[in-house]
Amino acid sequence: MSQSQIMPGFKPALGYTLVYLSLVVLIPLSTLVFNSFQLSWEDYVAIITHKRIIASFQVSFGSALIAAAVASFFGLVIAWVLVRYSFTGQKLSDALIDLPFALPTAVAGIVLATIFQPGGFLGNLLLEGFGIQVAFKPLGIVVALIFISIPFVVRTIEPVLLEFDTSMEEAAASMGASRLQIFTKIIFPNIFPALLTGFALSFARGVGEYGSVIFIAGNLPYVSEIVPLLIVTKLEQYDMEGATAIALTMLVISFAMLLVINLLQHWVRKRSGQ
Amino acid sequence: MSIVLSNISKKFGQFSALDHIDLEIPEGELVALLGPSGCGKTTLLRIIAGLERPDDGKVLLSGEDKTDHDVRKRGIGFVFQHYALFRHMTVFDNVAFGLRVKPTKTRPSEAIIRKNVHDLLNLVQLDWLHDRFPDQLSGGQRQRIALARALAVEPKVLLLDEPFGALDASVRKELRLWLRHLHNELNVTTIFVTHDQEEAMEVASQIVVLNHGKIEQKGTPTQIYDEPKNDFVSQFIGHTNVFHLENDGDTWLKGSSIVLDNTDGITAHVRPHHIGVEKLDENASSPISLKDWQHLGATIRLELTNDEFKGTAKVIYAEMPSDQFKQSRLKKGDKVALFIRQAHWFNLEKPHVPEAATNF
Amino acid sequence: MTAITQEINNPKTSVTASALRDPDWLKYGLIAVALSFIFLFLCLPLGLVVFQALSKGFGAFLSALSQADTLAAMKLTLLTALVTVPLNTVFGIAAAWSITRFEFKGKSFLTTLIDLPFSVSPVISGVIFVLLFGMQGAFGEWLSDHDIKIIFAVPGIVLATLFVTFPFVARQLIPLMQEMGCEEEEAALSLGASGWQMFFQITLPNIKWALLYGVLLCNARAMGEFGAVSVVSGHIRGLTNTLPLHVEVSYNDYDVVGAFASASILASLAIVTLILKTLLEWKQGTR
Repeated sequence: MSQSQIMPGFKPALGYTLVYLSLVVLIPLSTLVFNSFQLSWEDYVAIITHKRIIASFQVSFGSALIAAAVASFFGLVIAWVLVRYSFTGQKLSDALIDLPFALPTAVAGIVLATIFQPGGFLGNLLLEGFGIQVAFKPLGIVVALIFISIPFVVRTIEPVLLEFDTSMEEAAASMGASRLQIFTKIIFPNIFPALLTGFALSFARGVGEYGSVIFIAGNLPYVSEIVPLLIVTKLEQYDMEGATAIALTMLVISFAMLLVINLLQHWVRKRSGQ
Repeated sequence: MSIVLSNISKKFGQFSALDHIDLEIPEGELVALLGPSGCGKTTLLRIIAGLERPDDGKVLLSGEDKTDHDVRKRGIGFVFQHYALFRHMTVFDNVAFGLRVKPTKTRPSEAIIRKNVHDLLNLVQLDWLHDRFPDQLSGGQRQRIALARALAVEPKVLLLDEPFGALDASVRKELRLWLRHLHNELNVTTIFVTHDQEEAMEVASQIVVLNHGKIEQKGTPTQIYDEPKNDFVSQFIGHTNVFHLENDGDTWLKGSSIVLDNTDGITAHVRPHHIGVEKLDENASSPISLKDWQHLGATIRLELTNDEFKGTAKVIYAEMPSDQFKQSRLKKGDKVALFIRQAHWFNLEKPHVPEAATNF
Repeated sequence: MTAITQEINNPKTSVTASALRDPDWLKYGLIAVALSFIFLFLCLPLGLVVFQALSKGFGAFLSALSQADTLAAMKLTLLTALVTVPLNTVFGIAAAWSITRFEFKGKSFLTTLIDLPFSVSPVISGVIFVLLFGMQGAFGEWLSDHDIKIIFAVPGIVLATLFVTFPFVARQLIPLMQEMGCEEEEAALSLGASGWQMFFQITLPNIKWALLYGVLLCNARAMGEFGAVSVVSGHIRGLTNTLPLHVEVSYNDYDVVGAFASASILASLAIVTLILKTLLEWKQGTR
């Protein structure tokens, strides 16, 4: 589709876009970078390598990784069920998938905390039945992040499954493939890029998530304290240098992850010939 | 309105879409811009319309320089390849659009608009569809509505981008003739873009053949077919057998006086219907035989092979009326003699037309 | 005809059918897994909001909602959405127009920049405004000299919300307008329409459902944003608490009914959003 040169409004539209983008996004974001220049490298390293901060990075990334993996599995199952089968309540289920998108994170946070706390509905069940405590433990963080992640996975896989050319399955069946072979050799390779994207999106979102986590996490330093919370704590202590250093590190890691995700997707697409 | 293009050039990045195009189109013509995809024909049409700006050169409409006027002020009607009908408007509103967006001073009253639109819808024979939406129409109907919409603003030039490209074969045939008759009725200078040489031959009064951003030839369908200026035009229009004398041509044409005496070039193009085929008896020494034949309706296409020809088994094609084929009693595998009635020579200045058939 | 269809649909008579459909045990097993997950993680939380909000009776629920602080929080949430959503909508249209209708250098880079706020943690989105306008920030001194408050005040909340909801509208419009192409718009121009006539009569009707979709998502996030707003707000009750912040404050004060009453308002917002979203998806699908 070639772009036309005669469309009106290029200069005002692009001008407005650039000015607004700079004012709302670029200038505020760049303050973070400029502010960090006031720190010497030694100071920066000293802040970042503090045990409590390293522990919080481990908690944030570890729980986001586990949550993304679990959500990918359930997300795949849910997407499959929603696209391939028909059952009563299917439309409702489909609409509900987006609840974590639409529900404010603070609400999600207090609700999940209430359900999974030792006296709560599921919390009680898990504690009495299996001796597992979810809320106020690192496991609580994982649970909150699974909740947040599920729509990312389902909504990236769903369209691919919908568009999936089922005549490929028929072709494979006509050549004598079994159901399992069709799934592992035909269907799965085709949805794998989407699954990977969903996983990566979940992971990226989980690392930065704040609202839904802090109520259920317990926020115990070294154990269940996530990076965003630590930034807030530093701010509340008026430790601007600390907050800046951690925030910048987090930002750089997020962008690096974004880059890796894009490269990975590119690589997978290329390999699978899409 | 007459159209003059002078020295038009257009580049997209490094790619030169149009390279110093000069073209004059007199008023009232029905012109086909014909060429393979990527030859620049659509770009040229869009430049005439004012949808694209040339990097260089001028566009004159009725003698006036309109190069810097944008599409709104050129008085053209443009029919887009995929029709670009406004999906959220009825057929009526689509056709009325051009009248309704006129400035208040020149805008006709709603009653006149209604009359004009219904007249146009009657002209394209689709008034009964006036309250439908584009999604509810067939491809051919959409095409005709798009045309009615373009005509509503009473354009002095009508421009159509691949007007039949998206249609089924049968609808396409019907609409081609319809467009030609409509043009006779309205007599508006009309230019359309096509990659289909049959379509250009059938519809247009003038054909402009484009390739790699340059005009290869301009003329009536007869001129283009009978007197192709170069090998590109000869091959692009109709079917042709190509003989390169340096390699395979002499094997085929051995003994032919065309090769021995009258070589006017190094490449000979021979149309299939310019090759006569005669059955020889089995003991004849001719190396040429009939490999296969296909029934194309009024004509029969003959596939001929040459035993002496080494390497890949090249085939040449001849055509003859099916009645004549019946009389000749030709069968697969028969030895045959060829008569070449006419050939076009290239890489030298003048195409050569031998007067008598040549036997070999 | 029916005999043939039956034969095809009946797995016993068709050799390949078993390879084309999942066995029943698997099918019902997967449905059970999916539905349990949806019930436990999605339905249960929604039900719990209502249950907890009404746990001390309807009267307590209403009185929690009619507290001055709650009402102030609702007002502030509405105000924030009213300012940010239109601003980001206009931006979204301008950005989509320039990106999908013109060729220029750095276009794909610009598209990446627009998505940037999505990959920034909400907390960091708040921090950057504190660094810019807070007491120790770049403009902090100048602002306090002129008695302008941004951080721990409404402007800060609006700015942080603008940042986190920045890409929503543009993101919906760009792929749609890219796919639509500009033929219809060119047709309008060739028929003599002016730029604004083309925009309002052709472009806008064609993108309206996607636009509303973007506005809806933008609004949901603007009203529900927690992390970024929490950093810049200062949690001053009745003044800089938005509804999500009010939920937090009430919850931390062990005011369960209060917290869940406010939460139920936000949950209803979420449900309305989901319903409208489903309707819009249906509209877009049938366009």
